[in-house]
Amino acid sequence: MARMHKNLYNVGAILRGLATTFSFMFKRKPTIGYPSIKKQHAPRFHGLHELRRYADGKERCIGCELCAIACPANAITVIGAENTPQDRRSPGERYAARYEIDELRCIFCGMCEEACPTDAIVLTPRFEMSDYRRGSFIYAKDRLLVPPEAGVGVAPDERPNGIPSDLGQVADVKSTVDVTKGYAATHRGEILKTERRGLAG
Amino acid sequence: MSGLAATLNATPLWLLTLIKSALLLFVVITTFAYAMLFERKIMGWMQLRPGPNRVGPWGLLQPAADAVKMLFKEDLTPSTADPLIYKLAPFISLVSAFGAYAIIPFTEPVPGDLWSIGNVNAGILFIFALTALGVYGVSLGGWASGSKYPLLGSIRATAQMISYELAMTMSVIGVVIVAGTTSLAGIVHAQHKVWFVIPQLIGFTIYFITAVAETNRAPFDLVEADAELVAGFHTEYSGLRFGLFFIAEYVNMLTVSCIATLLFFGGWDAPFGLTLVPGLVWFILKVLLFIFLYIWLRATLPRFRYDRLMAFGWKVLLPIATLNLVATALVVAVKG
Repeated sequence: MARMHKNLYNVGAILRGLATTFSFMFKRKPTIGYPSIKKQHAPRFHGLHELRRYADGKERCIGCELCAIACPANAITVIGAENTPQDRRSPGERYAARYEIDELRCIFCGMCEEACPTDAIVLTPRFEMSDYRRGSFIYAKDRLLVPPEAGVGVAPDERPNGIPSDLGQVADVKSTVDVTKGYAATHRGEILKTERRGLAG
Repeated sequence: MSGLAATLNATPLWLLTLIKSALLLFVVITTFAYAMLFERKIMGWMQLRPGPNRVGPWGLLQPAADAVKMLFKEDLTPSTADPLIYKLAPFISLVSAFGAYAIIPFTEPVPGDLWSIGNVNAGILFIFALTALGVYGVSLGGWASGSKYPLLGSIRATAQMISYELAMTMSVIGVVIVAGTTSLAGIVHAQHKVWFVIPQLIGFTIYFITAVAETNRAPFDLVEADAELVAGFHTEYSGLRFGLFFIAEYVNMLTVSCIATLLFFGGWDAPFGLTLVPGLVWFILKVLLFIFLYIWLRATLPRFRYDRLMAFGWKVLLPIATLNLVATALVVAVKG
């Protein structure tokens, strides 16, 4: 009872509380009006991946699969192929015939970036990836690779503050993966299917 | 103006009352809608948020969006509910909430005036009689839902509203004694020299606290108590029926603010002799002040525990209100 009196009749505390809320009314609000105003992330923010090119247009990726090995979330699938004199994709012996990242598995840790010997894979500050189908979160080369007309892509170390202006052009390219078929349309999806079958059988 | 007065005199009373009622209904519902937006904005600012700002400029069309949303929601009736009472309850709440506006004088009542519908001699009694009916809507709604949380909510509602009404009436009787009339216009006239908030400061404080409790608003929102009772008495309600309870809550809030203005803050009386501004504007400003006070309290104070709420009502408010009443009666009797 004594405690109740102490709390209940402490008019001073109530008035102090009212003063606090009243003063908060005029404080600056930290809210960012998101769709119209976007937060400027740090240049090295870990967002969507991109595959860079050399200045001559060749792909940096040599299909070594080190990123896939380094990936703690098993989100990356790389299948390499030999370059031929007729079709040189990268300066090395091999290139990535398929390169797929499951962005739903990805934990955006940046280990792929660390592992890459040619600085081919980098994380961009782009963070808006929402979509309607799970299958469309598997980003293949068509959406990861910087298109030739967009330049070479920017490595995190070379980035100016904020989101680089040449970003976003990569993922805006319409995917050639048939997203309506989901996982099945991608190589990773096929692997997952066989894995599931293996578990079931 | 005389032309208008002549037209008004020529209009049959029933038609005039009908028009006034429709107009008043529209005004009160619009006020409700914007009181809600006002609350969400102020609460937002107090919690370092911008509040609703997506629909229309500064979120001004938010009430319209909410209304459309409410209209299109499915009207559910639980299988265990008592269908008739379940469907009737929101209307009881709403009618008792709106009824009070028939006699609230928004400005100086003159014969054939535009504002108030009726000037009842027993005005304050009429209002208390009507608003007291609101508890039926809440308790029947919770009971008829056939579900445990609404039932708990409505039991609390009944207990809370009955025990706080007592102290509230006591505090109001003090004003009636000083004014010597129960007519709302008469009470405002009696405050021409000094607003009753000064001689009846204790009465006003008790009135305001009990008014917050009567309208089931934080920190006395035990009836809804989101944290413990899902949504209290209206847990099972959805769509427009929920909307009606919602409207009733805000309209009740407006009503008690209007009464507080009339009884303690001189109604349409202009403060500091600023008679240049019309009385209606003063009335609205004073009511708005109370609405703000409500929101401010809600944004600041945590909810009471149920036993403390009861203890506070019966062991603190009621004795003080009674003492205040006796003291006021004594002073008035001795003076003349």
